[in-house]
Amino acid sequence: MISFEMPKPLVQTRNVVETVAKNMMRPVSREMDENEHEIPWAYIEFMHTATKALGSSSMAPDEEPKEKKKDPDKKKRPPINYQRLMIMVETLSWGDAGIYLCTPGGMLGAAAVSAAGTPEQKKRFLSRFTGKEPVFDAMAMTEPQAGSDTSAIRATAVLDEETNEWVLNGEKIFVTAGNKALVDSDGFIVVWASLDLDAGRAGIRSFVIEAGTPGCKVTKMEEKLGIRASDTVSIVLQDCRIPFENILGSPTIEKSTKGYKGAMQTFDATRPIVAASALGVARAALEFVEEKLSEEGLEIRYGIPRQKMTHLEREVIEMETQLRQAWLLTVKALWMADNKQSNALIASMSKVKAGKVATVITQKAVELMGPLGYSREFLLEKWFRDAKINDIFEGTGQINLLIVARNILGYRGSQLR
Amino acid sequence: MYSFTPTEEQQMLIDAVNRYAEGDVRPAAREAEESTQLPPELIEKGWELGVLQASIPEDYDGFGEYSALTGVLAAEGLAYGDLAITMGVMTPNLYVLPILLAGSEEQKKNFIPPVIEMEWKAYTAALIEPAFDFDPQALETTATKKGKDILLNGEKIYVPFAADAEGMIIYADLDGKTQGFIVPGDSAGLSVGERQETLGVHAYPLYSLKLEDVKIPAENQLNGPEGHGMEAILASWYIALAATAVGVAQAAYEYAIDYAKDREVFGVKVAQKQAIAFMLAEMGTDIEAVRLMTWEAAWMLDEKKDEAYKHAYLAYSGAVDMVMMVTDRAVQILGGHGYIREHPVELWMRNGRGFAAFTGLAMI
Repeated sequence: MISFEMPKPLVQTRNVVETVAKNMMRPVSREMDENEHEIPWAYIEFMHTATKALGSSSMAPDEEPKEKKKDPDKKKRPPINYQRLMIMVETLSWGDAGIYLCTPGGMLGAAAVSAAGTPEQKKRFLSRFTGKEPVFDAMAMTEPQAGSDTSAIRATAVLDEETNEWVLNGEKIFVTAGNKALVDSDGFIVVWASLDLDAGRAGIRSFVIEAGTPGCKVTKMEEKLGIRASDTVSIVLQDCRIPFENILGSPTIEKSTKGYKGAMQTFDATRPIVAASALGVARAALEFVEEKLSEEGLEIRYGIPRQKMTHLEREVIEMETQLRQAWLLTVKALWMADNKQSNALIASMSKVKAGKVATVITQKAVELMGPLGYSREFLLEKWFRDAKINDIFEGTGQINLLIVARNILGYRGSQLR
Repeated sequence: MYSFTPTEEQQMLIDAVNRYAEGDVRPAAREAEESTQLPPELIEKGWELGVLQASIPEDYDGFGEYSALTGVLAAEGLAYGDLAITMGVMTPNLYVLPILLAGSEEQKKNFIPPVIEMEWKAYTAALIEPAFDFDPQALETTATKKGKDILLNGEKIYVPFAADAEGMIIYADLDGKTQGFIVPGDSAGLSVGERQETLGVHAYPLYSLKLEDVKIPAENQLNGPEGHGMEAILASWYIALAATAVGVAQAAYEYAIDYAKDREVFGVKVAQKQAIAFMLAEMGTDIEAVRLMTWEAAWMLDEKKDEAYKHAYLAYSGAVDMVMMVTDRAVQILGGHGYIREHPVELWMRNGRGFAAFTGLAMI
């Protein structure tokens, strides 16, 4: 039966996380923005200790919950882990999208391990998040000449049969939280590299590199338009040796790109999560506009004909309807992920829509608020800068549009480039 | 819990509606448009699907219960076939649903059964007035109390089937508030004007209507002299229009995909050009997004959520823009062929523009 009732546990999650957003993020939002590369340790420590109370904060929802005594009378509840993650990410990003990206306990790297790793690998790499100190992870995919076009990846992994180690060489850029994963904590990064450059995408695999591994070095921290609380780094791999067991997926190259496609499925879960972050920023901006209008005694008259609306009313209603549309696409994408339904199409739809909507809403909000929108006295101008990243990382709006188009047209990459 | 799966009963209804829309309605749509005539046998067949009857409780001779959600699922499927025929099938909704949603118990018992236990008959409603800033909540048509009677005066346009109407709900301003009145079709003082010609839905018979001291008993005010709120009726208009807009958009979108995958250009299919593929991707994304908004608003109405009315309006507002964008692009993707009446996309584009003006012409 069709229902849009938010599950009760998620309502609780939202309430708890909202408190965190209000009290631990918003008050330091401006300070963290103005002091790029400083780390919001207070938030990090708090989230690390609170994670257990809040449930999993990982982008890799626990697939095998701990053995519980089976009660045959108890009705089985539908899985909601991805939906919970969405609510958390949306609410944290409403607080501060940059600080949210500093959340310890498993993000994109963990998602990749969870999607493609063996049970042993999951245990080995994911267990560190529950230790005493906060730990971070990251995904290193982009290279100077390879962004969304992952077939252009030039980083290599060669097996040293004598020592049974992979030897990695190459350069990675735009690694979100890479410094926190490798330098500030005992974390790991998941690196994409080629087993055989002649094999194209069929030869690409992902590998786990743990913090402290010789030959893996952070070389640059980027200065950015927004999300400044989060570090974005370059990493150089120079004869970086890792154990054979650190490869995610099969070490042999098959003719098909099945392994590669498997790895890409990680994005079916992570794209709607990025969408959720965009939604949070957009909601913050829209609420700011509505508060200011309300303070001035301007109420939006829902239901009057468009011909009679003021421009402001028309804009606000447009923003509201667009935001809700993006929200619903995202909920459905993650509901499908929770229910193990194939969601590649709607996952990309939600990312396209949310990235665009967040960008447009924050831009519009700055415009509508005039001098208040442009002033650094308020956070609106920061949200405008923060929101834009959602239309870029985890696949630009255009790449996601391409994926949507291929899906609806039934085309392969070779048919629609 | 969230869920996006219809019930088995809803799915059966959707399947039946889809068979009718694709098998019967779509093939008849162009001829209906050009001849400006709705095929009576198709209207009757659509009526027999029982979408309205299934939303009326047994107490009033229906066989189900009111569900906005079931309504939008069915309406989307119908409009996928053709909008004018859908509006034709659903015209009695304009009479029955205001009584169900806002009428008194007595009115429901008296006025609903004669409509739904019979074959399709012209029961309709008169809301829209001839002004660019027409506002359903600030009507020019007046209702004046005179003893035990009410007198209605004013001018209405876009009244479906006014010439054959057995009965209609007429909306008028009573003491600054919009109220609905149950009016027999043969009431003195009602004068039906010429059939009106519009940009789209040519097959749907719309008339202007003059009201000169139309006298009805005071108890024919919806919910009696106590009167009624308009939110439930407005919300019903909004979600019905949003759902039918999704159906029209889905039709145009699928047609454009089929065309783009078939048509060659510079050695490849049109759909293989990013300029076209990206348009289609955005169309598909926005259709799904508005569909979800419409479902959510309908669900909120059924669950009596506080924000249901607002969400119904937002769904409608989003649908008005979405359907125009989608149908316009469908014409664009077909290029010159899109402009030719041999293809249906030009009809869908004209119909799509109507949703901004159709308030009161569809109910669920």
